[in-house]
Amino acid sequence: MNRLRPVWTLLLGLLITLLLFTVASAQTESDGAFRVDRLNALIFMALFSIVILIYTRWAKSGKKLFIRKINGLDEVEEAVGRATEMGKPVLFIPGLQEIDEIETIAAISILGRVAKITARYDTPLMVPVRYPMVMAAGQEVVEQAYIEEGKPDAYNKDIVRYVAGEQFAFTATVNGIMMRDRPATNIFMGAFFAESLLLAETGNAAGSIQIAGTAQPSQLPFFIAACDYTLMGEELYAASAYLSHEPLLLGGLKGQDWMKIILVLSILIGTILLSFGVGDWFYDLYKSV
Amino acid sequence: MSFVEHLQIWIAAFFMLSLFSFLYKDNPFYKLAEHIFAGLSAGYYIGLVWHAVILQTMINPMIQDGKWWLFIPGLLGVMMFSRFFKGFHWISRYSLAFVMGNTAGIFLLSELHGKVIPQVQATMRSVDPSQGFGGLLLSVIIITGVISTLLYFYFSKEHKGLLGGVAKLGIWFIMVSFGAHFGYTVMARISLLIGQVQFLIFDWGGSIQQIFF
Repeated sequence: MNRLRPVWTLLLGLLITLLLFTVASAQTESDGAFRVDRLNALIFMALFSIVILIYTRWAKSGKKLFIRKINGLDEVEEAVGRATEMGKPVLFIPGLQEIDEIETIAAISILGRVAKITARYDTPLMVPVRYPMVMAAGQEVVEQAYIEEGKPDAYNKDIVRYVAGEQFAFTATVNGIMMRDRPATNIFMGAFFAESLLLAETGNAAGSIQIAGTAQPSQLPFFIAACDYTLMGEELYAASAYLSHEPLLLGGLKGQDWMKIILVLSILIGTILLSFGVGDWFYDLYKSV
Repeated sequence: MSFVEHLQIWIAAFFMLSLFSFLYKDNPFYKLAEHIFAGLSAGYYIGLVWHAVILQTMINPMIQDGKWWLFIPGLLGVMMFSRFFKGFHWISRYSLAFVMGNTAGIFLLSELHGKVIPQVQATMRSVDPSQGFGGLLLSVIIITGVISTLLYFYFSKEHKGLLGGVAKLGIWFIMVSFGAHFGYTVMARISLLIGQVQFLIFDWGGSIQQIFF
């Protein structure tokens, strides 16, 4: 019973939410606050949450959760080690989007792991950012990483610094940093756009080892061409769980894997039913309004 | 062409060439352009945020439309300034936590509803041979492409055996997609370069002609 407590908690939360929506819809003159036509999204979300909660609990109880090797991430520590040996800094760019973008949040999470490694080896770290909120979040995680490594005095607020708000002004400045400070390792994680190749090519010209990760399909080819290792799409989101092995993050990653299996099965069942001409009802279950 | 127009063209051409000079190597002209560009953008964004965010979406609606509750996001913004005061910087963490938590929650639903579920539905395609060879081939490519790509991003098992084979197929689909993206983006960049070269030849060149010849 105790093992299923997260599931009961979630179900209770959903029930309260439903009750609130029902009361709210009764108070309004509209069609109602609860959208029955979006029930499929609610079911998927509930299913997703339940799986994540179960896996998180398992991870917390000490059960070993397997994650396959992700090449680019194994190289992060090695790349920082190279910077340490050369006595040069590590440059980390958490993308060019605001903090209200999920890729930036993933990048900030990876920054925390990278900062721990740089703190451990006393390697200088530079994190130029484009938005003040990203700067604040970045400073928080880097400071925390230095504290956790027992080196709070080595932390400097200027490690994470605001550079410029305009996309290409930011790019021009970072390119200048790459050519002047010659970081040994460049890590690009997060959302990148037209500047991706400008940054990666300059880093390449400066002789840095480069690790990139983004979920922007149009920019991934440029990173693959100009960087030594590239994390594609979901590998970026898996990175923080992979690097930290924290139960909460591992649970999330495992939950996502289960959702992928459910989605693949849904596609296969839908395809088979549609091929036999009896799948319209199943197809309509996935209607998005 | 007036004096001001000539001046604008010459300033634009100077900074454009200064930035292009980075292709040779880092130099004082590039540094000058870089610092002016960064400073201008910082100043511009302060003005933009003041007018488009603080005035238009907070102060004006509060005063003119009586939307008093907008003081809550305003307060979250003000709390960010606590970072300047040692001993109180923890207050800003509430604003950060609010934004980050909100983002994760909103994205979970919007991605599910806007992308994942429609993608699953769009991938359910009949493989009935009566639709003709072309339609059948298209359906098979789409279904195989989506499933193999999804399974490439499956992290709970080593990519060996059947899963390894499917994942390998998935990476082929991904690479074909990247190739198409690469070609498309390079074309767009070449188009941008042509636009800049045209500016230098026709606008700046025209200005030089008018002034000196």
